[in-house]
Amino acid sequence: MPAIEILGLEKTYFVGFWRKRPKCALRPLHLTVEDGEIFGFLGPNGAGKTTTLKLLMGLVFPTSGSARLLGRDWTDPEVKAQIGFLPEQPYFYDHLTANELLNYYAQLSGVPGKERSRRVESTLQRVGLTDVKGVQLRKFSKGMLQRVGIAQAILHDPKLVFFDEPMSGLDPMGRREVRDLMEQLKHEGKTVFFSTHILSDAEALCDRVAIIHQGELRGIGAVADLTSSVHGKVEVIWQGTHVPASMKALGAECHVTGDTVRAVIDENQQDAAIDALRRERLPLIALTPVRTSLEAYFVEKLQRAETTAGSGK
Amino acid sequence: MKARIAHIASNTFREAVRDRVLYNLIAFAVLLSGAAILVGQISIEIEKLVVINLGLTAVSLFGIVIAIFIGIGLVSKEIEKRTLYTVLSRPVRRWEFIVGKFCGLAGTLVVNTFFMAIGVFAALFYVSHKFVRADALVLVALYFIVLEFLIICSLALLFSSFSSPLLSAVFAFSLFVIGSFAEDLRGFAGMAHGFTRWLVTGAAYLVPNFSALNVISSIAHEQPVAAQLIWHNTLYALFYATMALSGAVLIFEHRNLK
Repeated sequence: MPAIEILGLEKTYFVGFWRKRPKCALRPLHLTVEDGEIFGFLGPNGAGKTTTLKLLMGLVFPTSGSARLLGRDWTDPEVKAQIGFLPEQPYFYDHLTANELLNYYAQLSGVPGKERSRRVESTLQRVGLTDVKGVQLRKFSKGMLQRVGIAQAILHDPKLVFFDEPMSGLDPMGRREVRDLMEQLKHEGKTVFFSTHILSDAEALCDRVAIIHQGELRGIGAVADLTSSVHGKVEVIWQGTHVPASMKALGAECHVTGDTVRAVIDENQQDAAIDALRRERLPLIALTPVRTSLEAYFVEKLQRAETTAGSGK
Repeated sequence: MKARIAHIASNTFREAVRDRVLYNLIAFAVLLSGAAILVGQISIEIEKLVVINLGLTAVSLFGIVIAIFIGIGLVSKEIEKRTLYTVLSRPVRRWEFIVGKFCGLAGTLVVNTFFMAIGVFAALFYVSHKFVRADALVLVALYFIVLEFLIICSLALLFSSFSSPLLSAVFAFSLFVIGSFAEDLRGFAGMAHGFTRWLVTGAAYLVPNFSALNVISSIAHEQPVAAQLIWHNTLYALFYATMALSGAVLIFEHRNLK
């Protein structure tokens, strides 16, 4: 059973003084996220990531479409007991301490009284806030608030967790801790759906990603598949600083760095390149297909969308 | 369901207390003690009348100001600060949130009124050195003031569910002022003719009738309150507050939290 099934969710806002001018925030979106996946939802600012998350959380209402979460209708309030949500740049009741806030959220999530304090304590420990649990949130830094946000999202042991820009406001150590936490959640069998701008995080963490731009899904797939698209090129690396003439004759772009040379050639010339290195007795270090990075894939999808939009005008 | 409403109410109460809302009690205590000492010195047999009038009017006004200024931000502030996102993404229904907020604010005002009532009775004791049976009527006036708060809280929440805090404050305060002259408005409707009569009659029954809930003057003169009025006012306040809350729920249930 998929953890998330988005069935044509669409959102159009009506803007202007008379609310008559339509502004499409999300075009019909169809997306399935399997149980136990870490799924990255990528896109530039204003792409529709947060709108999608708000639709799934029931914070805004769709113009059309529906969704199923954990096999149940997404409007069913009881399904929310199994869901955790971290909004973008979260803000909390700053008159409460971290401990009180988590207790409050645990009460709202229906965590039984006997279990509540143990759960709050262990969650505070998990996000590294035990030492400041008695401090009012108005005294917390942005990074600490982000940790509180993560804590409240996982507090009730949900099966499905939504994070909207979870790395936002965190220092490199904090980012790493959140990455580790997401991996732990995956190992615990939970499904993690997160939106981010930080492609390296997505590349390192996600099983699959989707790219959204201008409210429209532009690409979706396993990270391994998206980053292994070979464009008919191979990378040859050998030891030394000498570039044989026969290698140049193949049309290779060669770059000397220290005592290694890196060349990119057409895939069908790799045998000729190996022969050239053998003839010159240059030790081959590596011969690997050129992989598209997630960033390159992302940029390409966005550029293609811009070009399509431009030619359409 | 009940538990969730209770938790939201308790958080609303705690927020009000920590935002030092109950500090108004200090201003109230200063005002009442000053008045009691002053009228005690004048002593022209109207000390009780002055203390009851001043004390109960102060209880009412302090409470109305708190109800309006907290009530108008109960929903809009949560939307603006996005604290609502982490509440409504849990198994909390939107109507539970509204009812919880209402109960929390009403609870704050009841506690506030309780402490003020102690102040009023202390001032009464100070000026007359004893309690008489008629002093119990002050409790009826306090009860009517609490009913008044329930209506104001529900109206502030209703406006807060769709409007900005500033506009909500203007609407709520205007309704309070107009409602305080509801009986006059009804009298005016009786004298008007044609379309104006329909219009004024409609307006007179739509605005909350706060003048019926104001028995301060008659109680200061030790005039008894009919049991029928107590029942009538109770039912009226509960009906009006329920209607206003239903309106707030209806609007909030369909609101996009952008």
